[in-house]
Amino acid sequence: MNVYAIKAIYRFEMARTFRTIVQSIAAPVLSTSLYFVVFGSAIGSRMGEVGGVDYGSFIIPGLVMLSLLGESISNASFGIYLPKWSGTIYELLSAPVGVAEVVIGYVGAAATKSILLGLLILATARVFVPYEIVHPVWLVTFLILTSVTFSMFGFIIGLWADSFQKLQTIPLMVVTPLTFLGGAFYSIDMLPPFWQTVTLFNPVVYLISGMRWAFYGTAEVNVVISIGATAGFMVLCLIAITYVFRTGYKLKS
Amino acid sequence: MESSIVSVRGVSKTYAGGLQALKRVDLEIKRGEIFALLGPNGAGKTTLIGVICGLITASSGTVIADGHDVVADFRAARMKIGLVPQELSTDAFETVAATVTFSRGLFGKRKDAAHVEKVLRALTLWDKRDAKIMTLSGGMKRRVLIAKALSHEPTILFLDEPTAGVDVELRHDMWNIVRDLRASGVTIILTTHYIQEAEEMADRIGVINKGELIVVEDKEVLMRRLGKRRLTLKLVKKLDAIPAALDGRSLELAPSGHELSYTFDGASEDTGIGALLAELGKAGVEINDLHTDESSLEDIFVGLVKGEQA
Ligand SMILES: Nc1ncnc2c1ncn2[C@@H]1O[C@H](COP(=O)(O)OP(=O)(O)OP(=O)(O)O)[C@@H](O)[C@H]1O
Ligand SMILES: [Mg+2]
Repeated sequence: MNVYAIKAIYRFEMARTFRTIVQSIAAPVLSTSLYFVVFGSAIGSRMGEVGGVDYGSFIIPGLVMLSLLGESISNASFGIYLPKWSGTIYELLSAPVGVAEVVIGYVGAAATKSILLGLLILATARVFVPYEIVHPVWLVTFLILTSVTFSMFGFIIGLWADSFQKLQTIPLMVVTPLTFLGGAFYSIDMLPPFWQTVTLFNPVVYLISGMRWAFYGTAEVNVVISIGATAGFMVLCLIAITYVFRTGYKLKS
Repeated sequence: MESSIVSVRGVSKTYAGGLQALKRVDLEIKRGEIFALLGPNGAGKTTLIGVICGLITASSGTVIADGHDVVADFRAARMKIGLVPQELSTDAFETVAATVTFSRGLFGKRKDAAHVEKVLRALTLWDKRDAKIMTLSGGMKRRVLIAKALSHEPTILFLDEPTAGVDVELRHDMWNIVRDLRASGVTIILTTHYIQEAEEMADRIGVINKGELIVVEDKEVLMRRLGKRRLTLKLVKKLDAIPAALDGRSLELAPSGHELSYTFDGASEDTGIGALLAELGKAGVEINDLHTDESSLEDIFVGLVKGEQA
């Protein structure tokens, strides 16, 4: 394993993040604050409790997940798309690095950024709503697991995309709906039985439910299933990335 | 082979579209030499370099670089190789020093500020070390790419058209850099469209055309073997046509009628000059002055490529 390469890629990606630190942080923090103002305070005050939790607090796990997914995907997809677009990918392809170095470097950096952001959003939320965390260790575990998994997913999108358009389509067309329908703003118990079944095919449901369990100790889906589903998705992503690098699909001719 | 640092064996490449860019190429690069790869646009030079460096997957064949198979043992092989691509692909926002440091790490070498400084100084980039790459001129960017390629102390350096779009001064700088590198033991493989460059720098020359390596030869041998020589005779009196007695010799009369040129094989024992002069005398053609010259690599190259196409 080429440890120097991992360090080089990781540093390079983190430096890129810190060059745009204001946008990187300001945008998600601002949008999360808006959600809290609108859903937490304005609407939430009329909603009462959901599953024994005040509505303003109920939406926190979902909102953290929403930002985490969006940021992980956009960081990681952009990180690998950029060198493809500028042509500097030649260096990566001619370097003594394999899948492991590339994934740890790029995905590691993207996930780091997401995790930092997730913590920042948690801190922002505290300004608007009081909450306590029942299982802090599991919360961190979910933060890491989700960031890593969806950074991998983003990495795949970045590898696959051959235009900026495509780079933005997936997050917009797929991830946003899945997140909104994943129970960020409501408990899936509130849905009619048919839609409850449909929802179980949405991977984001497991993430948000797991996160909510870490916060409040109650969840719609068994937490073991949540972790299993996320880990399963991560393995799928890893297989896809390995395939791309082994075969050079979309990277080499 | 002991003396070979790069062995290309039976490498073919057919692109997805069906175009065969390389046709069973065999090539041995000797340790420590400067090898120039010549060929017209689209001949397959960049493709061949891409296969060796790992950017392109060969359809068949193997490549050994410094004792390592570039596919099976790619980590070991690639640590020995530096590549300066044909396209000027650089990061925009990184500084010169940061991008060179990055390359060194990427290629598996421990941080070494002293080495990075040495490389930057050698390429006269030291003053620009904190400049963002996007603020540099094209020639400077080319140097940055060379610095990146040298950051991990490779033993084999590929330069794909290093002097394309580079002014005369920078071109001479580039040649000096390449010579210094060779002196320090680096094997250099470069492609160029400037024959003069190959003539000036290379120890050996390979000519590739339509994916086939048609000649690989020591530069001098190539020039001697394929080099035609030309004898130019200045005539005292204007000639309207070549005298009938001299038909069948490779003679050419200049439009002015005052110059007759004779092409012959420089390497051959019998150049035919004696006989020619005797016959000219017999025919009453008086000669004022004469000189011979060698054909340049360019003439040879054009001849080879034309011959292939015919
Ligand atoms: N990715 C690709 N897909 C399909 N065909 C390609 C690809 N890259 C190159 N080719 C074709 O392969 C042939 C060889 O191209 P290559 O770039 O190796 O030529 P070259 O000798 O480097 O030319 P130049 O002097 O113009 O740089 C050309 O006909 C080119 O169009
Ligand atoms: Mg080329």
